[in-house]
Amino acid sequence: MSTRPRIVITGIGLTAPNGNTLAEYRANLLAGRANIQNIDMRYMGQVHAGVCDYDARKYQSRKEIRNGTRAGSVAIYCAREALADSGLDWESVDKSRVGVYLGTTEHGNVETENEIHNISQFNYDTKFWTHHHNPRTVANNPAGEVTMNLGITGPHYTIGAACAAGNAGLIQGAQMLSLGECDLAVTGGVSESIHTFGIFAGFKNQGALAHHEDPNQASRPFDKGRNGIVVSEGGCVYLLERLEDAKAHGAKIYGELAGWAINSDATDAVLPNPVRQAECMRLALSRAGLEPGDIDIVSTHATATSMGDIQEVTALKEVFGESSRTRINNTKSFIGHAMGAAGALELAGNIPSFEDGKVHATINVDELDPECTLPNLVLNQAESVEKVDTILNNSFGMLGINSVLIVRRYSE
Amino acid sequence: MTKDDVKQIVLDIIAEIAPDEDLSDVKPDVRLRDQLDLDSMDFLDIVMELRKQHGIEVPEDDYPQLASLDSCANYLQPKFEALNA
Repeated sequence: MSTRPRIVITGIGLTAPNGNTLAEYRANLLAGRANIQNIDMRYMGQVHAGVCDYDARKYQSRKEIRNGTRAGSVAIYCAREALADSGLDWESVDKSRVGVYLGTTEHGNVETENEIHNISQFNYDTKFWTHHHNPRTVANNPAGEVTMNLGITGPHYTIGAACAAGNAGLIQGAQMLSLGECDLAVTGGVSESIHTFGIFAGFKNQGALAHHEDPNQASRPFDKGRNGIVVSEGGCVYLLERLEDAKAHGAKIYGELAGWAINSDATDAVLPNPVRQAECMRLALSRAGLEPGDIDIVSTHATATSMGDIQEVTALKEVFGESSRTRINNTKSFIGHAMGAAGALELAGNIPSFEDGKVHATINVDELDPECTLPNLVLNQAESVEKVDTILNNSFGMLGINSVLIVRRYSE
Repeated sequence: MTKDDVKQIVLDIIAEIAPDEDLSDVKPDVRLRDQLDLDSMDFLDIVMELRKQHGIEVPEDDYPQLASLDSCANYLQPKFEALNA
């Protein structure tokens, strides 16, 4: 990657179950505050879920909210918050040079389930099926809603990458900036997955849906008592720019995308492959010109399934087993699994480490699973460290897609 | 059912599908699209809500009849009367 331009982060906007700004989210991660609720799920009854309470009306009319999708609304909120955060003079930005690249785990389940429920009230007569169905369910919907809300006329699409999608959105944006396809990339990932019963029922029937008497303790990666995933909604949008463009308008630079990689397991639809995960981490490291011992924080993907966590730990031991410097944590223990937004949100939860020198924990570890022991796993309480210069963010998904993104502290 | 009743039904539907609009001073003889921010998808929503809420069918060839509140009332009143007969 030596010939590509340097790509930096110049704005972050997010909504997570425990925060609607980066500052609020970070404060809750450092304080060990999860926020998972019990919600009523159609056909299923009560399930745990990470629910966002951002103010959709801040950036959308009532009609936009009514006609659009939750993923589109989350994307608009996050994109507008990222723009506000960046301090860019939006009026003077050439909208034809802005690209929107958002990761999604899936899209269309929510809207399709809603319509099937709707026509079930009319004896399944399809003349009651809404004409909004197709614009709501096209795969580019969340990114397209952002372009309509902001008047962006450059390229837009979503990157379907299962739960590796948050990283994949950022990587796509960086690649498009490198190719000169845009000057400002609106990237990241979004999820509306808590509004589809199918995802919950699918995980439940796979034996992978978390349950606990206290919803805030339901998501417990690496703990011996873990019993599955807490599904969450959310979003996180990053503005990416080439370094020279960012410097030209005096941008605040959160960090630099140092290296990345995406690969495939090619083995199993649901069981991750630690050999390929380790290969993906090593490929990202080599592209960044870094060794495992140069990484200060590894933000793990672990979702609290019995096998998935062990597989990732196996890969992490292989790559980071000899690195005494590397701290390892997990954000899903606070916010559940935000699916297409997970990778983007988990990275954002760690980026303030460059400034505050703290590493948030993985919480809810009452009894560490002996099969999940790792050196420097930050358990239950945030740690202060001397300095954080590099973060490696893991994000893996079904069908064996692995994405790894390394962000480093910006320096000239 | 009076024509004013029909107009109110249409206004109630518009209030649902275009919740940002101020409907306090809709002129009955002026095209709805000329005084409210309504597009073709919104008119399809009006047709859908007439079907769902009132069992009224508006064939595609008759969509121009929904242009204004007055034309809505003239066109829909006999349909409501027929339903109630």
